[in-house]
Amino acid sequence: MRISQRRGAAAVAASLTLGAVLAACSSGGSGETDAGTTDGGATAGGGEASCTNTIPKPDATEVSVWAWYPAFEPVVDLFNETHDDVQICWTNAGQGADEYNKFSTAIEAGSGAPDVIMLESEILPTYTILDSLADLSEFGAGELESEFTTGSWSDVSSGEAVHAVPVDGGPMGMLYRADIFDEYGVEPPTTWDEFAQAAQDLRDAGYEGYITNYPTNGNALNYALFAQNGWEPFEYDPANPTEIGIDVANPEAEEVLSYWNELIEADLVATDDAFTSDYNTSLVDGTYAVYLAAAWGPGYLQGLSDADSDAEWKAAPLPQWDPANPVQVNWGGSTFAVTQQAQDKEAAYTVASELFRSMESWEIGIDEAALFPQWNEALESDFFVEKEYPFFGGQQINQDVFLEAANGYEGFSFSPFQVYAYDQQTQALYDMVESGGDAASTLQTIQDALVSYAQQQGFTVN
Amino acid sequence: MTTSSTAVDRAAGSAASGQRSTRSRRSSSTSTIDSKRQWWGWIFTAPFTVVFVLFLIVPLAYAFWMSLHNKGLATGGESVFVGVDNYVRAFTDPVFLEGLLRVAKFVAVMVPIQIGLALLCALVLDTLATRLSKASRLLIFVPYAVPAVIGALMWGFLYSPRFGPAQDIFGLFGLTAPDFLSSSMIFTSLVNIVTWQWVGYYMIIIYAALRTIDPSVYEAARIDGAGGAQIALRIKVPMVSSSMVMVVIFSLIGTLQFFTEPTVLRSVAQGAIPPDYTPNMYAYSLAFSYSQFNYASTIAFALGIFVFIGSYIFLYLTRKQSGLK
Repeated sequence: MRISQRRGAAAVAASLTLGAVLAACSSGGSGETDAGTTDGGATAGGGEASCTNTIPKPDATEVSVWAWYPAFEPVVDLFNETHDDVQICWTNAGQGADEYNKFSTAIEAGSGAPDVIMLESEILPTYTILDSLADLSEFGAGELESEFTTGSWSDVSSGEAVHAVPVDGGPMGMLYRADIFDEYGVEPPTTWDEFAQAAQDLRDAGYEGYITNYPTNGNALNYALFAQNGWEPFEYDPANPTEIGIDVANPEAEEVLSYWNELIEADLVATDDAFTSDYNTSLVDGTYAVYLAAAWGPGYLQGLSDADSDAEWKAAPLPQWDPANPVQVNWGGSTFAVTQQAQDKEAAYTVASELFRSMESWEIGIDEAALFPQWNEALESDFFVEKEYPFFGGQQINQDVFLEAANGYEGFSFSPFQVYAYDQQTQALYDMVESGGDAASTLQTIQDALVSYAQQQGFTVN
Repeated sequence: MTTSSTAVDRAAGSAASGQRSTRSRRSSSTSTIDSKRQWWGWIFTAPFTVVFVLFLIVPLAYAFWMSLHNKGLATGGESVFVGVDNYVRAFTDPVFLEGLLRVAKFVAVMVPIQIGLALLCALVLDTLATRLSKASRLLIFVPYAVPAVIGALMWGFLYSPRFGPAQDIFGLFGLTAPDFLSSSMIFTSLVNIVTWQWVGYYMIIIYAALRTIDPSVYEAARIDGAGGAQIALRIKVPMVSSSMVMVVIFSLIGTLQFFTEPTVLRSVAQGAIPPDYTPNMYAYSLAFSYSQFNYASTIAFALGIFVFIGSYIFLYLTRKQSGLK
């Protein structure tokens, strides 16, 4: 009797430990962080690092870099060949959120971060508020301002402080299927009014697809579409980190969201999740006639399989709300930042600022990685401006569309909790599409969630 | 008189002391053996103990310590001791409570289906002794051998409105397939994946228990006039009840910790599966997406408390069947 009782207690205890362990697995206990340390810590120490590239000059200072650019290895090799005192040890730590999760864990652990890290500009405030990025102005980054586009520089700097060096950008344009528009006798739209009309005309003419897709999880895309109508959701200055202004639910955003909601309710626009295999196929098989894209979009399209062999792609400027006052917006774009954990910040800055600041590296970046430079010299080079894209039937898409879009972009202020903001937006937009809600209450839901989150995190919300 | 009494006293005293000394000698000798045994015991368990302490107790203690502190985004990097504040917040956090309610619904639906199917398969396979039964035993078990992530990815494709076969199959009967990844269907879709994955495993456990039953019991039952169904329900099921309890406990804990399948499926259904769909997913996104490691630890511990309570209640209710009493 006693024994069996004890066994009972043991079973209960076992079930408790099992439960607690499994629950704790995801709690970011030391197990996870340890794994992170061995990953990046070794490279930061410069010891027996496991780099993706080979280092030709092992005696030089070694700087570890996390980045996920396509065709990045030749760029790293080029840097290492042309530098004698600094060498790069490059690792691909995952794309976007995967890399950010590792970086956040390394910050919490206090070790394990690389010296230089590729970050999208929208995520920079998330890390500046954690004080995990070095201020590059002390190494003379301020002098680089004139070398980069206005918008990209505004995204990486606040006042005198420079948090990262811009690399590429995502000025937006409209990629469309010229063959589909021709077949159904519809003119490609230049304004959003024409766009809605074209959606209806295509349908009336017998086109079975959708003019485009409005992905409820299209985080930065949806931000850009709102921003085009003058939406400024956040007022946030890293120099004054405890205050934030949140103005998500305003008439500008409501106009844009109502516009899309009407098209969705009329079944003229699809609402597939972006970056799923369904979406990828629909992009290239003629299900969508238009791809509202950033400058990296053409590269993305070319990488997709199952493409319609008759497809005839063309690039045009993004439709406008007010054609008299065109507004250019940006979707994506990345930078190189130096982390606070970097041992030799000066060497790290050399890497961050010089990796993509030569025509040789940009020729690789433009040709092989389909990046859109924010470095003026590459941006204005004939090589880039006059480049003909076979995918677009030889169209000079940079000159025709994206350069103007890039020059018109003035920067955008993101929140220091951008991942949370995106998650809330995805949820609210999805609910709107699923249950037929209206734009105003959807935006108000996001607004309320963000305000209470910000207050909970100790911000003064203005 | 006095002398004799003292002598007696002394004698008694010496006898007592003699007794005491023998007893103490004996007890000291047993304790040496005991401590030697303990010493060896420790040595034998040392490899396990080290790993156990280092990778279980220490992280758990650290996570608990973290759950008692807090660090606001805006208030700088200093973590402040807040006592049980985080727990108060967790148990009043609608997101966490909603997630708990959701996994409770999964338990209510998924556990009976899984166990029922597993039991049914085991009973049928136990009765049959053909080659076909061996093959089907393997086939039912195979999904468990597929890694959970791969399984969920595969189902993601099967559910896909464009690539999945559902549209074709429903089309044969002139119907349109439901969107398995929509918010109204996602619950059912997830139940299906988990059931597919785990039924084989539970079936094997129950089947193994069934094989240990002495066949003469069935013979006796048959002589007493019991039919196949009666043997199954009145003899086999009660005799494997302790295995059943174990299987239910596995299933219960696994479901309360629900994480892998919804996380993988989220990549194709971000709207239908929010990042805080289950408490475990909530803890994950709090820690790694929102950098709220302290509150994430709290959620993990709060979930642990619920799992403990749930398992304890179940074990208490089934103490007779499980043989734990």
